[in-house]
Amino acid sequence: MATTEPAKRPLRVIVAKSGLDGHDRGAKVIARALRDAGMEVIYTGLFQTPEQIVQTAIQEDADGIGLSILSGAHMTLFPLVVEQLKAQGAEDIVFFGGGTIPPDDAEELKRLGVREIFTPGAPLSEIIAFVERECGKRRELVG
Amino acid sequence: MIDRPSGLGPDETPEYRELKEGWEARSAAAPPRRGKGSGATDRTISDLPLQPLYGPADVAHLDLARDLGVPGEYPYTRGIHPTMYRSRLWTMRQFAGFGNAKQTNERYHFLLAQGQHGLSVAFDMPTLMGYDSDSPRALGEVGKCGVAIDSVRDMEQLFDGIDLGAITTSMTINGPAAIALAQYVVTAENKGIPRAALGGTLQADILKEYIAQKEWIFPPRPHVRIIVDMMEFCTREMPRWNTISVSGYHIREAGSTAAQELAFTLADGFAYVEAAIARGLDVDAFAPRLSFFFNSHIDFFEEIAKFRAARRIYARRMREVYGAQDPRSWQLRFHTQTAGCSATAQQPENNIVRVAYEAMAAALGGTQSLHTNSMDEVLALPTEKSVEIALRTQQVLAYETNVTNVVDPLGGSYFVEALTDAIERQALEYFDRIAEFGGMIEAVEAGFPQREIADASYRYQRSIESGDRIVVGVNAFEKPDETHPPDLLKIGAEIERGQARAVQEVRANRDGAAVAAALAALKRSCASEANVMPALIDCVRAVATEGEIVEAMVQVYGRYTETTQF
Repeated sequence: MATTEPAKRPLRVIVAKSGLDGHDRGAKVIARALRDAGMEVIYTGLFQTPEQIVQTAIQEDADGIGLSILSGAHMTLFPLVVEQLKAQGAEDIVFFGGGTIPPDDAEELKRLGVREIFTPGAPLSEIIAFVERECGKRRELVG
Repeated sequence: MIDRPSGLGPDETPEYRELKEGWEARSAAAPPRRGKGSGATDRTISDLPLQPLYGPADVAHLDLARDLGVPGEYPYTRGIHPTMYRSRLWTMRQFAGFGNAKQTNERYHFLLAQGQHGLSVAFDMPTLMGYDSDSPRALGEVGKCGVAIDSVRDMEQLFDGIDLGAITTSMTINGPAAIALAQYVVTAENKGIPRAALGGTLQADILKEYIAQKEWIFPPRPHVRIIVDMMEFCTREMPRWNTISVSGYHIREAGSTAAQELAFTLADGFAYVEAAIARGLDVDAFAPRLSFFFNSHIDFFEEIAKFRAARRIYARRMREVYGAQDPRSWQLRFHTQTAGCSATAQQPENNIVRVAYEAMAAALGGTQSLHTNSMDEVLALPTEKSVEIALRTQQVLAYETNVTNVVDPLGGSYFVEALTDAIERQALEYFDRIAEFGGMIEAVEAGFPQREIADASYRYQRSIESGDRIVVGVNAFEKPDETHPPDLLKIGAEIERGQARAVQEVRANRDGAAVAAALAALKRSCASEANVMPALIDCVRAVATEGEIVEAMVQVYGRYTETTQF
């Protein structure tokens, strides 16, 4: 009996909200856009701790984590997620984010290991292209 | 043949009809701007159909006396006061709060010195969610989105040097609204000002938290009960205090359409009215002190139509459904804030222009007070300079443009009247769908408005993505190598550490037994049918912190968790 190539599993991405920030419009729009682009999307819901977010990503074998913060707590919460990814040996997971984040904070976060920061007005197509490219690379490496 | 002597427009005469037909033929031949990037559309931003031209036929079904009336008279389509801004301008009220109470107090003194009329407190996330500044849940959030208020000591600092009997204060807080009110009452009491002399507004609109803003503490039903307790308390003891500011602002910011904002907000308001009536309160005893809070988005005429429709719907239902007799119970009074979600991070100076148009829509829609956003709020908290520009925008509007000197200047416009009517009809259709759930609380519990808004927000984003809708600087007229304004306001980590230390000191320097007794009494009050306000005031007097008070209440009511959907 002929075997067929197993269908390529779609990219899997966690869309997360952290801290006490209830602004979830952006996170939900991104979640839908990534889903419509053919990815598997898990939206964590609100008020997740960095530990919970990284745990979810590992349990779900996710290729990427997108974290949305509009409350001003980004300089605390993004680095905590980076720290958790390192602690869990999961730095291959593509960690990116968005929100109300001033440009020099975004630069600092990228220096700390956040792969990309998208601010209000960033085109969905740009975000989708980024996730496809970076998570695609991760998938090739990790399999 | 129906005689329409009071009809809105003149009937179409044969001469006019001939002219109109000629116009129709010529306009059909004229090619419109078309295609991506043209900005041409035959839908409003909320997807209402737009015609190229409106005329008498579009308003023929409206009745001048029944549907428009005159300003200051039922159904208030044209405004709630007979002379509107000719007699009194709207209140210029800029929302402010950041860092600790001392910093925010300085901003308040600055704003009052610049000619602002009233204060508006923005609280930080931990305060809004009922956590003290030293709670692990507050990590990274203290003082960021607003001011941190842990106990009555912070509230005293916040209003230091400000005469609470002479100004009005709006407090944007919902989950712990009753606690903030108690803190304000005790702060005034300590300065010798009786609670009956206090004027202001508490947002206290919990239903829109579940729908849009997501800063809740307890499940919906106990929350609504506490709100009714506050309504009852204020009705008896604080005649100048507006108990609820029913808010569409956050619903719109979450991505709703204008009609959804209108429908869900009014439905929330009616849910509180029904709950208070069920408590046994007389509708005319509390309704005159309910107020509303709307968003002013960038689709200019649609926003004006929304404000006008809001007044008409509210007046009719308050009178016809809830049996209010006092005209003040029929009047929808509202605060407006320009749309944060219309601002862009790209070329942020353009936001000044957007804010000016949105502010003008609010004025033409008859708002009672207005907050104009600052250009840099999409990136950070506003600087003093950008707040000043925002306030000046209102002052130019109020004093230079002359739009304030004629009441409802767009009343009778074929287009604006037709749009007002269309948006009203959409809202009424939503009321029918909400009724199918059994009411707004049930609809919220079922996630209905949440889903509608998420769908609308995704549609809106797709329309920008596709170029069907133009946002200057974002998908047209971009500046690829643009640099951002360097001077953004940052709240450092030292604020959080200082505030955490301060609340620990407060706890160390008070009568612990008195706090424990007050909290125990509060729990008994929450578990009983008694009004919780007196017990809350006792807790605040004993200098219990907000986190301690909320924790005591959570032990009775539980904490709400949302069913996650996207």
